[in-house]
Amino acid sequence: MTGFELWTRALGAVVVGGPVALTVALGGASLLGRPPREERTSRLVEATIVSGLLATLAMLVTMLATGSRRVAVDFGEWVAVADSYHFRIKFVFDRLSVPVAILSFVLIGTIGAFASRYLHRERGFNRFFVLYSVFALGMIATSLAGTMETLFAGWELVGLSSALLVGFYHERRAPSRNALWVWSVYRFSDAALLLAVVTMHRLRGAGDLDVLFGFAAWPEARADVTAAQAFLVGLLLLTAAAGKSALAPFSGWLPRAMEGPTPSSAVFYGALSVHLGAFLLMRTSPLWERSLAMGALVAALGLATAAFAHVVGAAGTDIKSALSFASLAQVGMIVAETGAAGVAGWVGGRASGDVAVAAAAAAVWLRYVALAHFLGHACLRTLQFLRAPTLLHDYHQLENAIGEGAPRPTAAAGRRGDARAEARRYRFALERGFLDAALTTFVAAPFTRALRRCDSLERRWTDWLSGEPSRESDQVKPRPGTFDEVL
Amino acid sequence: MNPLSAPWLELAIGTAAVGSIVVGWLGRPDRVYRWGVAFIGSAFACSLLASLSFYAEGPAASPGARPSPLALDDLSAPLLPAVALLHLLTAVATARAHARRFSFSWSLAAEAIGLAIFATKGPWPLVGLLAASTVPPLVELRNRGRPTRLYALHMALFVGLLILGQTGVDARGPASAAPGWACLALTAAVLIRSGAAPAHCWVTDWFEHASFGIALLYALPLSGVYAAIRLVVPIAPDWCLRLIGLASLATAVYASAMAVVQREERRFFAFLFVGHAALVLVGLGIHTELSLCASLCLWFSAILSLCGFGLTLRALEARFGRLSLAVHHGLYERTPVLAVFFLLTGLASVGFPGTVGFVSVELLVDGAVDADLPAGIGVLAASALGGIAVLRAYLALFAGGRSDSSVAVGITRRERFAVTALTMLILAGGVFPQSGVKTRETAAAAILKDRARRGTAATPAKPGEAAASEPASPRSRPLR
Repeated sequence: MTGFELWTRALGAVVVGGPVALTVALGGASLLGRPPREERTSRLVEATIVSGLLATLAMLVTMLATGSRRVAVDFGEWVAVADSYHFRIKFVFDRLSVPVAILSFVLIGTIGAFASRYLHRERGFNRFFVLYSVFALGMIATSLAGTMETLFAGWELVGLSSALLVGFYHERRAPSRNALWVWSVYRFSDAALLLAVVTMHRLRGAGDLDVLFGFAAWPEARADVTAAQAFLVGLLLLTAAAGKSALAPFSGWLPRAMEGPTPSSAVFYGALSVHLGAFLLMRTSPLWERSLAMGALVAALGLATAAFAHVVGAAGTDIKSALSFASLAQVGMIVAETGAAGVAGWVGGRASGDVAVAAAAAAVWLRYVALAHFLGHACLRTLQFLRAPTLLHDYHQLENAIGEGAPRPTAAAGRRGDARAEARRYRFALERGFLDAALTTFVAAPFTRALRRCDSLERRWTDWLSGEPSRESDQVKPRPGTFDEVL
Repeated sequence: MNPLSAPWLELAIGTAAVGSIVVGWLGRPDRVYRWGVAFIGSAFACSLLASLSFYAEGPAASPGARPSPLALDDLSAPLLPAVALLHLLTAVATARAHARRFSFSWSLAAEAIGLAIFATKGPWPLVGLLAASTVPPLVELRNRGRPTRLYALHMALFVGLLILGQTGVDARGPASAAPGWACLALTAAVLIRSGAAPAHCWVTDWFEHASFGIALLYALPLSGVYAAIRLVVPIAPDWCLRLIGLASLATAVYASAMAVVQREERRFFAFLFVGHAALVLVGLGIHTELSLCASLCLWFSAILSLCGFGLTLRALEARFGRLSLAVHHGLYERTPVLAVFFLLTGLASVGFPGTVGFVSVELLVDGAVDADLPAGIGVLAASALGGIAVLRAYLALFAGGRSDSSVAVGITRRERFAVTALTMLILAGGVFPQSGVKTRETAAAAILKDRARRGTAATPAKPGEAAASEPASPRSRPLR
């Protein structure tokens, strides 16, 4: 092993090992029933984030100094079954993963510092930071993943911590219901991603991104698959991304996720987690870009989501919901840019002469635009979310500064077109595009009804076989305020 | 003398059997508890040493090399201590107040039979032991004054089909294949014992009526899967295994979906368990080396994670009685440690990263997709629904409200020991899975080799077919 390899391996170990150690320390202490004091937790978080950030920056400097556009840190095989299955722990530092990792450390660190004050003496302080550490680990693992399996593991960690933070306030019902809703969408998206991972594994014989996309650095990498294969896998990836990034038709979970504490709303749904779907599409773009239809579909879904979020966000009556839809509109645009890059890349690969060169250059440029959009938007939205709890205070300060009431928009100012269309638009926005209602009416309710019917048939069957009432569980009666309304 | 060469396997079974008789004579509950735990602990130590002896010195030096119907092999070596550990931790975690209800004598008898099952390869001794294993649960139901008809009907059918099938298999000539009807009878027996739909009702009924600890001990070792591997896989034609795969896949999806809508925690657990048992059989039905290895990994992880999950639920039940999942209980503030264990073991059971189930589910999905895409989708659906069911139960039990009482009901030391031990195993298996996977891979290869030796693999498993018609890919290797 050369000195360069040793150095990058050490840096990689610090970047990934820090969040692992933090999760083990905070989670282990909780399991033993001895959670650390607040100050100690804050110091641990600070040390982990700062060391991770410095190691990532050192990696960036090393890459710039040596001219390496791509550094792979391979920790070897984690699981292998003969030559049928291989799971490598491998991380890749390139032009996509390094900025996202730096952004993650910066924003997670900011939120950590904010939350240690915001949640001071809250009952759930320790619980928040355990989930926060799981989130940090998931985010870093996903952004730096060098194999699809590692990416999937990180993806699941992010999903679980997100859902549990939505249900952070245990004493109220609404957060629990919303957490279950978010988790259900996430599980659907996880299943789609796992199927995509396994299909990719099957197509290329490995989940290693180098094997899947060739050894070229992002954004120039290209996978060697047919258009049909690219479309099939791309569809699964898009489904996974749509669930995670709340793209249409899964957008309904985003405002529900605002039930969590403000720091988690900021870091999950304003900054990082909500962009993870877009990141997945960027990371796997060398594969699905081989299909023109897939590129067009990604762009169309991004634009549709942006338009939807713009319309629905206009009717938001609380700051966090308004911000969440504003965030979604931008995520939609980032996805649209990624899709447009895919279309341009496809044209670049098929056309000839100047057209090919121009299209290829446009594709690369659009990929960088999407990445820059992601980074900038995440920072801006974090700031807005963190200021959200003091919005009224800020507003009053502004009014004091200008010496009079700030101008407020009137109902008439926002009106366009005839009154009936306006009312329809307003209803559509207020009901959030009826997406949640559609999912409840056409998916959740029939599912529950059918299974309850099966349950009732089972009861009759077991009663008949037993020759007497067979269910003791029927005597366990629920109290009013049932949980069933979730399903 | 090398201590590992002692007959630990026989000692483990003997200790449990003797313990059952001795404990049955004792009258005072505190003495019963102490002696019961001592016997169960000794049986666990012996089974651990038997397993270590197998791995340290190989099958030739293990007790099985001596003239005895009992023997360990690659399949059973890790399962034996796992089953003994399940008994030990369940006994340890039994609250003193419930020690009267927990029958140590019958539990030890069931352990002796269970250990003997997992150390038996011969068909008829195995059939006998499997039949005998149905008796302690029946006694448990009778002792508790609960209805037994449904259980007895299913188990009578199971034992009847088992005997009928094995008789048919034995009646064939040495050179001829087992008759189809005999294989079908054995397949049906295995499906009934594993709780495949519609025969899963005995499992839900069993969890409804038995004490939770005893219910766990009888169900979790998945003796039906062991019967399938020993009695069906070696002799059954491919269509029989496909039948097992199909029935199990349908059961896995159905049971996981049913777990999502259950309104009471025991039925929820029962369906989660049925889903897991079915998923293990799905890998068996596909019977490629990868899927079989996945199946065996999942079997092991299901024992650990569902045991932890079950013990956590049992601890909750001990404090609050049978709990409805149709309301929010908001128990987190009163029992935060139980909440954490509940979530961790529950998520481990559905294959969450960092836990022992993660690799198992990954391998199973991989193996299933490799052989048959719809099967892979089915496995994924079952896993996704299982995850939703677990979080729904967590939120119903621990969130969404404030518990009325302020009386502290924290976890006891013995419960903490039991669940922490399981959690450590779950996490250790999740972080360092390779050694465990390697042993399961060896066991899977041995099972398939045995099947090929008997000439029952008339048509190769699908990846093999693919390999014959397409250029060889690293993932579509024919069975060796």
